[in-house]
Amino acid sequence: MRQAFTILTLLVAAPVFAQGSGPIPELANQQLADPKKEAEATNLMHGLRCIQCQGQSIADSDAPMAATMRAEVRQQIAKGEKPETIRKWMIGRYGEWVSFEPEMKGSGLLLWAAPVLLLLVAVWMARGLFRRRA
Amino acid sequence: MMAEAGLAALWLAAAMALLQLAGGLSLIGDGKLASLIRPAAMVQGALCVFSFCALIWLFWITDLSVLLVASNSHIDKPAIFKIAGTWGNHEGSMLLWVTVMALSGAAIALLEKRIDAKTLGATLGVQAVVSLGFFAFLLFSSNPFERLVPAPAQGAGLNPLLQDIGLAFHPPTLYIGYVGLSVAFSFAVGALLTRQVGPAFARAMRPWVLGAWIFLTLGITAGSYWAYYELGWGGWWFWDPVENASLMPWLAATALLHSVSVLATRNALRAWTIMLALVAFAMSMAGTFLVRSGVLTSVHSFAVDPERGAFILTLMLVYTGAAFVLFALRIGTVRQGEPFQLVSREGAIVANNIFLSVILGIVLIGTLYPLAAEALGDKISVGPPYFNKATVPIALLLMLALLLGPMLRWRRDEIARHKYWLVGFFAIILWSGVAVWQFAPGVGIFPTLGIAFALALAVASFVPLKGRNLLRTPLPIYGMVIAHFGLAVSVFGMASESGFSKESLTALSPGQSAQVAGWTVKLDDVNPAIGDNWVGIQGEMLANRGGKTFALHPQSRQFFQPEMQTSEAALLTRWNGQLYAVLAQPDERTGKWQVRLWWKPYVTFIWFGGALVALGGLIALLGRMLRRPRKPAKNNWASE
Amino acid sequence: MTRPWLLWLPLAVIAFIGGLAIYGLLVPKDELVRSAMVGQKLPQFALAPATAGVQGLASSDMADGKPRLLNIFASWCIPCKAEAPHLETLKKAGVEIDAIAVRDRPEDVAVFLDQFGNPFRRIGADNEMAVQLMLGSSGVPETYVIGSDGKISYQHIGDIREEHVPMLLEKLAEAK
Repeated sequence: MRQAFTILTLLVAAPVFAQGSGPIPELANQQLADPKKEAEATNLMHGLRCIQCQGQSIADSDAPMAATMRAEVRQQIAKGEKPETIRKWMIGRYGEWVSFEPEMKGSGLLLWAAPVLLLLVAVWMARGLFRRRA
Repeated sequence: MMAEAGLAALWLAAAMALLQLAGGLSLIGDGKLASLIRPAAMVQGALCVFSFCALIWLFWITDLSVLLVASNSHIDKPAIFKIAGTWGNHEGSMLLWVTVMALSGAAIALLEKRIDAKTLGATLGVQAVVSLGFFAFLLFSSNPFERLVPAPAQGAGLNPLLQDIGLAFHPPTLYIGYVGLSVAFSFAVGALLTRQVGPAFARAMRPWVLGAWIFLTLGITAGSYWAYYELGWGGWWFWDPVENASLMPWLAATALLHSVSVLATRNALRAWTIMLALVAFAMSMAGTFLVRSGVLTSVHSFAVDPERGAFILTLMLVYTGAAFVLFALRIGTVRQGEPFQLVSREGAIVANNIFLSVILGIVLIGTLYPLAAEALGDKISVGPPYFNKATVPIALLLMLALLLGPMLRWRRDEIARHKYWLVGFFAIILWSGVAVWQFAPGVGIFPTLGIAFALALAVASFVPLKGRNLLRTPLPIYGMVIAHFGLAVSVFGMASESGFSKESLTALSPGQSAQVAGWTVKLDDVNPAIGDNWVGIQGEMLANRGGKTFALHPQSRQFFQPEMQTSEAALLTRWNGQLYAVLAQPDERTGKWQVRLWWKPYVTFIWFGGALVALGGLIALLGRMLRRPRKPAKNNWASE
Repeated sequence: MTRPWLLWLPLAVIAFIGGLAIYGLLVPKDELVRSAMVGQKLPQFALAPATAGVQGLASSDMADGKPRLLNIFASWCIPCKAEAPHLETLKKAGVEIDAIAVRDRPEDVAVFLDQFGNPFRRIGADNEMAVQLMLGSSGVPETYVIGSDGKISYQHIGDIREEHVPMLLEKLAEAK
């Protein structure tokens, strides 16, 4: 645990993989004019995983690919696409891995059922404690 | 010479642990060696302290013939970082771990008078077993005193970024918390061995749980703030595996802290308390493993080493496996505790335990899920959207239970007795919920409920003081009140930050300004800046709101050796929030500077609340230590 | 506690975590993010030339019914330099190779081609990594096999080493 969060430093510090040089896509660091659409985009960006980083979302990354993905999200939102459609589009490019929110089907089903199952098991286990009336 | 002396002390300390174990084992038979236990524990503590001081000394004088010093220090390093360098690396931090562990053992041997000699002997025996594992780890795979021949002329230098005062204290804080949990583990196993699971045992274990919990709370709070200002995107919690690894022991410790109180005062929840103590230790080991081994991809992983991970994993599996086998075999013979009704203080604490355990379960499952999926050939990610959706509702339920819990009587109570309070809390929740919904439509359900519940809890947390003589109220009650209030403050900050933050991403030329949440931020100029081991740029910004102007100086730094780039956010703290400014790279197309601005209302409440929670713990701990209960605890608030 | 099996539950959980952890330690972690576009049709794009004297690259240029390689490279990428001779070998074997230069400057591309040779038929410039995103590509270098049906049939992540050459030729033959 020693370096728990502190290592963040190193991350921002991500090894400067040579990343070349090029313009940053227009909408990567530029908000949409409509605050509602921007909020939708931001929300989606926090749920998409940066391809070139160690587990950051594209909303929290300086990597060029994250910038490209942010631009893509904003463009599609601006065009009126639903966030869910865009998420699917990204999954169509990089597989389930790119989404921080696993699908509620297949292997993801157990994950989403976990909170309810755990709660039921815990209550069931605790039920015995109250049985005897004082 | 010093290095050899330190190493020798370490070996001797390990021998003392062996002696301590032998004493513990003899309790099974004639107990002839039992008199060895206490002195062995004390000598072990002294030897470890000597060894640790030896390592500090070596770092202080920068003895480059010691491998660890040579690879982590540098002659020109500032003195404070030379000393912090002692534990700012794997070997040194493990030495700190065993030192704190040995000191805890010595403290128990010296001070613990509440539990019977046999249970104490068993506890120290178990502690010796745990220590031996870490001694083996240290001596066989992480020897901090290894010599380097020939000695280099100058050291490699600590990673410049790690030269941060935060780094000097954050990891040891978490480690001390983990050691505290290992002590609680030893108590629990010791009590299981002698079947003395009762209030005396709970009172003996409680300060250790409380102490561990204080350190874990501080560690997580500080780590979160650190992430917030270092990462440069304004986030303060990412549900990253390493963060989860530190959160899980905290959740278990929080549940344990509450159930151990029930056991201490009401002699109930025996099996449950024992199990939580084992789980808390297991989680701290699992967390250490996750961080050390690198089996999960993390933002924060660094200096991972699968071999060391394997060692920690082995220790974890052996200790917790054996403990849970013992638990399964023995706990059936532990007499069930005192009964209580659903509506009672015990009932509320059971609810607290259920919710905390469920959150713990969710975090554990979510963290390990990608690994399990990978084993089945699936590549998936589990991140913030899942964790937020899954844990926040449970956390809100926990807050609801917390509104009423502390004012309930032990054993049995009637809801009707508290109906005015209930109506009052409901009114606060309704009023604030509607207010948020009215004035800030579009703010999600979680932030809205978070704010409403936090306000109700802020009031509810003080109710236990009602009708008390404030001068004669025991410190633990104050501790509880402050901790619960701190939680309300922290949740308020989290909800406010996630619901009401304002963001402005722009590109500015010098002279231009941008607006965010009523602030006008002007980029006056961008100048080069130079540090000891970096070069960079510094933005000269002026933030203006309501006629007052403040200077901000965000930086973008390029370090060499090792090469890396960081952005140093500039934070302007007002009582009601923080302005967070980042200067990023220039836009190649336009030559303008990218500027990211956030106004984060009440964001500082998150960490301020966390500090209050820890302070509450500290006050409770002081109360327990100053007023050692010589007589059986009475059935009142004082015994909470 | 009247349910003795329940008491073994924590042990089972720890055992499960332990098993998972051992698996994590023993099986090397697959860090590669593979494209989910393999098996899909090559997406539509049109890129300007990456430097003077080469032709730009559009998806339509690759729709002539011949299997080919699409190489993604950059002058600033070191493994790209290492794979240059092997691309040359592939070209000599009669493979048509198109390329996309990522976040690059025309003058740097020119120097790169000058130094390491130019086995490419066309080189498009993907300055904003937009085409990389369309392809589900996660870095440089990467090489895609485009089948004669216009579908992406294989993605090779990382530099092409000597041993990959026959493998790629085989993939190309399969993609006919």
